[in-house]
Amino acid sequence: MNLTPEEWQALALSTRVAFFATLICLPSGIALAWWLARRDFPGKLLVDALVQLPMVLPPVVPGYLLLLLLGTQGPVGHWLEATFGIVLAFTWKGAVLASAVMAFPLMVQPVKLAFRMIDQRLEQAASTLGARPWRVFATVTLPLAAPGIIAGTLLTFSRSLGEFGATMAFVGNIPGETRTLPLAIYSYTHVPGGEAAAMRLTGLSIALAFVALIASHLITRRTERLLGQFDSRGRDGRA
Amino acid sequence: MAAPESVAAAQQAAPELAFDLRFTRGAFTVQAAATIGRGVTGICGPSGSGKSTLLALIAGLLKPQHGSLHFGHDTLVDTANKRFVPAWQRHFGLVFQDGQLFPHLSVRDNLLYGWRRLEPGTRRYELRQIAELLDIAPLLDRRPLQLSGGERQRVALGRALLYSPRLLLLDEPLSSLDDRLKQQILPFLKRIKLETGIPMIYVSHALAEVDFLADRVLTVDAGRLSGAGATR
Repeated sequence: MNLTPEEWQALALSTRVAFFATLICLPSGIALAWWLARRDFPGKLLVDALVQLPMVLPPVVPGYLLLLLLGTQGPVGHWLEATFGIVLAFTWKGAVLASAVMAFPLMVQPVKLAFRMIDQRLEQAASTLGARPWRVFATVTLPLAAPGIIAGTLLTFSRSLGEFGATMAFVGNIPGETRTLPLAIYSYTHVPGGEAAAMRLTGLSIALAFVALIASHLITRRTERLLGQFDSRGRDGRA
Repeated sequence: MAAPESVAAAQQAAPELAFDLRFTRGAFTVQAAATIGRGVTGICGPSGSGKSTLLALIAGLLKPQHGSLHFGHDTLVDTANKRFVPAWQRHFGLVFQDGQLFPHLSVRDNLLYGWRRLEPGTRRYELRQIAELLDIAPLLDRRPLQLSGGERQRVALGRALLYSPRLLLLDEPLSSLDDRLKQQILPFLKRIKLETGIPMIYVSHALAEVDFLADRVLTVDAGRLSGAGATR
């Protein structure tokens, strides 16, 4: 596919933003998913709803809230700039944050479900064999939750590649800085003669989404087989 | 396996387990006190009577609201002094009703899970000895899902034994097996009793199994323990 330098730039930026957004969501999503799956605490329902909120809100709303909070005039944004010299609004780092916020529920949900599916007596068995809690987590809980974690990671990456509304509201549409693939498509549809470029990038977006979803499916299935949740004889291992 | 003299010595030296515990969850309370010595102690009782809860309390998987538990000179629970030693520090082996083998690990890695955590000098058994004792050597490279129910339970027993436990807790280890498989496993349990000298607590609702293995029998009914050794 013959892409112009600007189109390559949008693709590279989208990939970078999606990569770092996934990197943020992975450890925080696993920790929160475990907490929601395994602990009862007051306000759990509220925390759960807050995590899911970006899924049901118009995407521009979280973006606007991020701008209010983390913009250079916002309370946190002003403090970050004054104390650490960090500016998020209208930068690619802000695009990473916007993508991470929007994709976070897609990481937490499958991982939480995976943790809930694990028979806790397996973890108890490990602890009666001398494994301290973090080792039980590393050697039993995490490997058994791997299919959910892989699915969550690929969904988060795919969602971040396609993030539009929150990114637009928080970091704008600056070529080379915040103009990701979806923003580039949007821009090309608004300039005369931009249809061909918009079409190329649309095709590329569809191809990327397909690859990510098929990879997610294949990796999850392979991991489940490795974990012994499937074997060659059938779903539950019976002939 | 160990020579008969060393097994006899191990049995003589086996510390006593003494407990007086109270645990409440919802409307159900387990209140149990006993002093248990060497050999096999059977705990019988109907389903839902609190047998498994009592075993989980001894294993350190549940925290009692009141009471104490001592193993030899070790105080593992003393609620008055806020002392609670968790399961991973008790060095007791526990065999669950349905084995609870780790599905993502091979039989070999399941067997060695606890063994690898032991200081080399404290390992009483090697994989080869236990595989021989329980006749599981041909299964080592398989996955738990490829095992029959009886094979799974033998591997679970082997896994607990390789951890060189100070006390072996068996929570209805045969209840999910049919009669033919039960008859296959019971002799293995007898061999473990005779050849290792590890004190055991064998929980079951099947009196015949308990009679076959146990040196003494306690009964749990509605969360209360009674019988020889029960101190309340």
